Amino acid sequence: MRGLTTTLLYVGLLAGLLASNVAYGGLFRNYQPEVVVSDPYIEMHTGPGRGYPIFYVAGQGDEVTVLKRKTDWFKVRLPRGTHQFREGWVHIDQMRHTLDLEGNEIEFPNHGVDDFANRRWVAGIGGGDLDGANTVSAYVGFHLNPYISLQTEATQILADYSDGWMVNGGIYMHPFPYSRISPFFTIGTGYISIKPQTTIVQAEDLEDEIAHAGAGANVYISDRFILRLEYKRHTVYTSRDENEELNEWKAGFSLFF
Amino acid sequence: MESRIQFVFLSLVMWALCASAAMAAPKAEELELEPLVVREPDRRQVEVDDLDSENFEIGGFGGLMNVDNFGTEPVYGIRAAYHVTEDFFVEGQYAKTELGDTSFERLSGGSPLFIDRDMTYYNVSLGWNIFPGESFVGGRWAFKGGLYLIGGVGSTDFADDERFTWNAGLGYRLIATDWLALHVNVRDHVFKSDLLGEDETYHNIEFTGGLTLFF
Repeated sequence: MRGLTTTLLYVGLLAGLLASNVAYGGLFRNYQPEVVVSDPYIEMHTGPGRGYPIFYVAGQGDEVTVLKRKTDWFKVRLPRGTHQFREGWVHIDQMRHTLDLEGNEIEFPNHGVDDFANRRWVAGIGGGDLDGANTVSAYVGFHLNPYISLQTEATQILADYSDGWMVNGGIYMHPFPYSRISPFFTIGTGYISIKPQTTIVQAEDLEDEIAHAGAGANVYISDRFILRLEYKRHTVYTSRDENEELNEWKAGFSLFF
Repeated sequence: MESRIQFVFLSLVMWALCASAAMAAPKAEELELEPLVVREPDRRQVEVDDLDSENFEIGGFGGLMNVDNFGTEPVYGIRAAYHVTEDFFVEGQYAKTELGDTSFERLSGGSPLFIDRDMTYYNVSLGWNIFPGESFVGGRWAFKGGLYLIGGVGSTDFADDERFTWNAGLGYRLIATDWLALHVNVRDHVFKSDLLGEDETYHNIEFTGGLTLFF
């Protein structure tokens, strides 16, 4: 009996979760608002791009339903009876001149230099050179504020006679975050592993801790795109008597969210 | 004892959820009671960020890959892309193929020179939709799609060694529906190896077709 009550309560809990989710418009959202054209006209393309032809022009005062978005293009649906094909794609610049049904302006946010300065998450990839070896790397960063970020990076090292990998974590300082070309400085630490190629005999594997200091610049391109140039000087704490110094140069691009 | 605690806890959680759901629902009576005093809230305020956006593309591909000196073998892999703007996208690929016999191995008839014949590669590339638009077949059919240029860097696991590899190529994306696209790709994967004696640049041409889903 008690088992049944508990089961019922669990079912109730699930139903409650679903109910509150629906009430707050959560998970399975199918949000398709209606907007009113306030410019003299908006152009509807057959696809989400300027290369696709315009097949219909909706006029001032027309009500259209916004279905979804691809990059800077919005798919809208015309009311019944307007055109043989009711759905088309409208560019964000024209969507800006639509109003909601109450007559209020709608904000269509665009990513600009301010978003670049206030970015939160950054993910990127790059390629470069580590003391003569080629590198391929991927990194993820989190900005605590516009001036300081934390970043972790994984690098694959591909040399003529050896290959390996390296992971790094570091703190980045961005003294001029509001500039389009924003320089940065970094220090951090990590781990490196190198093994010789199979065509070479009698070489030892190398696994060591490393630390680095570096500098570079983020260049804001447009939208969510950042070009990144970076130099790092790594110190490898080898098991031999002397530490080894490695110079790393790389270029890459990142996206911010 | 334990099940009583469970009972009390679950009851409390359920009540809290019901209460929150009830509070979130619009209160019709309130609006009706004081229509002249209180301005009706903007319940139709349009939130652009809540719209469904479809900028990710994920899918698989298969085809043929010619590995320099090792003949042509089937290749298959997965790819994922993020469309940053209507012009540019970032793509990652991971694929697998096999090394065929070298001419020497075939002619000499002896045992194979290399045991590890699996080859895998990964890469990250930047794509540029250079000629987007519609393509026409006859008078009745129009297809959305477009040609793109793509290039990037990555690594190839070739005969048990990792080789730095850059790639460049050309693709055609045919957008069948909003959520489905067909791809045809020609790519050259270039790396250096000293596997057959001296350092050589390997050009590996790959021809593939694939399907991707947008979401």
